[in-house]
Amino acid sequence: MKTVYVDNNATTKVAPEVLEGMLPYFSELYGNPSSMHFFGGQVEKKVNEAREKVADFLGAEPSEIVFTSCGTESDNAAILGTLDSYPEKRHLITTRVEHPAIGNVCSYLGRKGYRITELSVDREGRLDPDELKELIKDETVLVSIMYANNETGVIFPIEEIGEIVKAKGIPFHTDAVQAAGKIPLNMRKSTLDMLSISGHKLHAPKGIGVLYIRKGTKFSPFMIGGHQEKGRRGGTENVPYIIGIGKACELAKKHLGEENTRVQVLRDYLEKKILESIPNAMVNGDRVHRLPNTLNISFEYVEGESILLLLSDLGICASSGSACTSGSLEPSHVLRAMGVPFTAAHGSIRFSLSIYNTKEEMDYIVERLPPIIQRLRDISPFWKDYLKSYKKK
Amino acid sequence: MWDYTEKVKDHFLNPRNVGEIEDADGAGEVGSLACGDALRLSFKLDENKRIKDVKFKTFGCASAIASSSALTEIVKGKTLEEAAKVTNQDIADYLGGLPVEKMHCSVMGREALEAAIANYRGQEVKKEDFEVICNCFGVTDREIVKAIRENDLKTVEQVTYYTKAGGGCGQCHPKIEALIEKVRKEMEKEAPPAKPERKKLTNIQKIKLIEETLGREIIPALKADGGDLDLIDIEGKKVYVALRGKCSFCPSSEFTLKQYVEMKLREFVSDDIEVEEVRP
Repeated sequence: MKTVYVDNNATTKVAPEVLEGMLPYFSELYGNPSSMHFFGGQVEKKVNEAREKVADFLGAEPSEIVFTSCGTESDNAAILGTLDSYPEKRHLITTRVEHPAIGNVCSYLGRKGYRITELSVDREGRLDPDELKELIKDETVLVSIMYANNETGVIFPIEEIGEIVKAKGIPFHTDAVQAAGKIPLNMRKSTLDMLSISGHKLHAPKGIGVLYIRKGTKFSPFMIGGHQEKGRRGGTENVPYIIGIGKACELAKKHLGEENTRVQVLRDYLEKKILESIPNAMVNGDRVHRLPNTLNISFEYVEGESILLLLSDLGICASSGSACTSGSLEPSHVLRAMGVPFTAAHGSIRFSLSIYNTKEEMDYIVERLPPIIQRLRDISPFWKDYLKSYKKK
Repeated sequence: MWDYTEKVKDHFLNPRNVGEIEDADGAGEVGSLACGDALRLSFKLDENKRIKDVKFKTFGCASAIASSSALTEIVKGKTLEEAAKVTNQDIADYLGGLPVEKMHCSVMGREALEAAIANYRGQEVKKEDFEVICNCFGVTDREIVKAIRENDLKTVEQVTYYTKAGGGCGQCHPKIEALIEKVRKEMEKEAPPAKPERKKLTNIQKIKLIEETLGREIIPALKADGGDLDLIDIEGKKVYVALRGKCSFCPSSEFTLKQYVEMKLREFVSDDIEVEEVRP
């Protein structure tokens, strides 16, 4: 069975160049970058090169790059590391649609006595930066707002928000895990103080992340240990993975154009064809300010897990915001925050593409999806009811 | 990914009895679009009042569809009295088990069946007659109590897995806890007193007791059928015996050993006894 992988917002294939670059560091080049001898020194040099590549990709200085174990660690470190630096301030601002790596840290802090304010989103998943103006108080310690949403791909106006945040002199963090590699990021021209990225979302392996920390930003280490990462993150450097994410960032920079042309064309093609061939389907999220690779689409009167498993049976790998797929009983918090009606929220499917996808694959999906939806609608008690009421009208 | 059994996958990919019976004798519907799953069940009886035809339509995940399909297969040919005894566990068992988080799918099947039978009998259960405990999913105390009783539930989390109650905002958790406590107290009162703990036997006591049980309970019964049995050896929980007389060439001797001899020894001596035959 062929595999059509369109779940790249969940994780991506490790680029062959990335893997190749990493391999020597599992075998002959096993030195510790902190060692005084040549054997460690040669590895340190390569770690620094990787740091330069990441910095170059983000438009940052190498000294502003901290390697972590994953996107979640970067997010945790950004929040907790900032709170630790301003112990007297007890208010955080975030959004209702964050990834759990931010959302659940904020819930945890809420239980610990912090005041958490969550910005709402509209039906298209958009934020209103003006809402923020009223909310920033003297006791606000940090504003953390994701760059682009993992489920819908909606891109937030980070720099517009940043202007407001910086005018009040508050630290500003973003979870850019989904944005990195899909839209240009340039920290030299940014209002951001901190930014999180994750390796495995941009064709590096799982188990490596980056936290960008602008020079001069107050920060206490989250992972306490040795002097590594200039004292900002203890623990011996995960050398092979650092090499991997360095290479992945170099490739991501190179492929950014393709991501915004060819990949976007494929996504738009998939979207158009699905909307043409399946009735009662609707795109979730702002279609203008959206990542070029993401399509979140709802099919009314059917349930997402069923769609996914029938797709999976044909080798098509996507994901869903339905309740049943998450192990929770309610559909995705993102779709609920947007006010997507229940008729559609349970039947949402996310297709997320990468540069490795092809037009043939899109055609395969477009050919196979309509019968799947029809089959489930034939089983669903609500579809016939809907058709009846529709005819009456 | 959920760990679904092959049977769940089969009933999801090839659901049996999909549809709606136009002139149904009984029909019931549970769940809703808002809750994320719903099941509409209808059946028709034959002249002997057995379920001749049964059909379902389900909105929901793979296990909801598979549970509905399994339910229709289970009840086909049954009288309504027999069908009314089908539990959610029967549905789950038929499918070779469901992930615990998905047990509510089997409960939805049982509830739809109950609603359809009540509809036939003209005794429909009105939701308004009961207290809604979970507002997020509209689950009443009646449904929760039934799930606790039938599935021996002990925690709020289990109640959520089985009924969805408490799976939304979580505000009803204290109420669910109170219900669990109340129902479990009732169940304890109803349940027959548990068997007294057996004293641990010494080896000598155990051998003696096995000999006594064989002589009193087992050998006379075998002799009545022209058979006999000798105790050969005892090694820990293993009891080695040789079948004599008619038993030694009886085609159902294996059955005799496991179902009769072993059962009796477990009853009178120890729960873990295993009987093995020594052949000459």
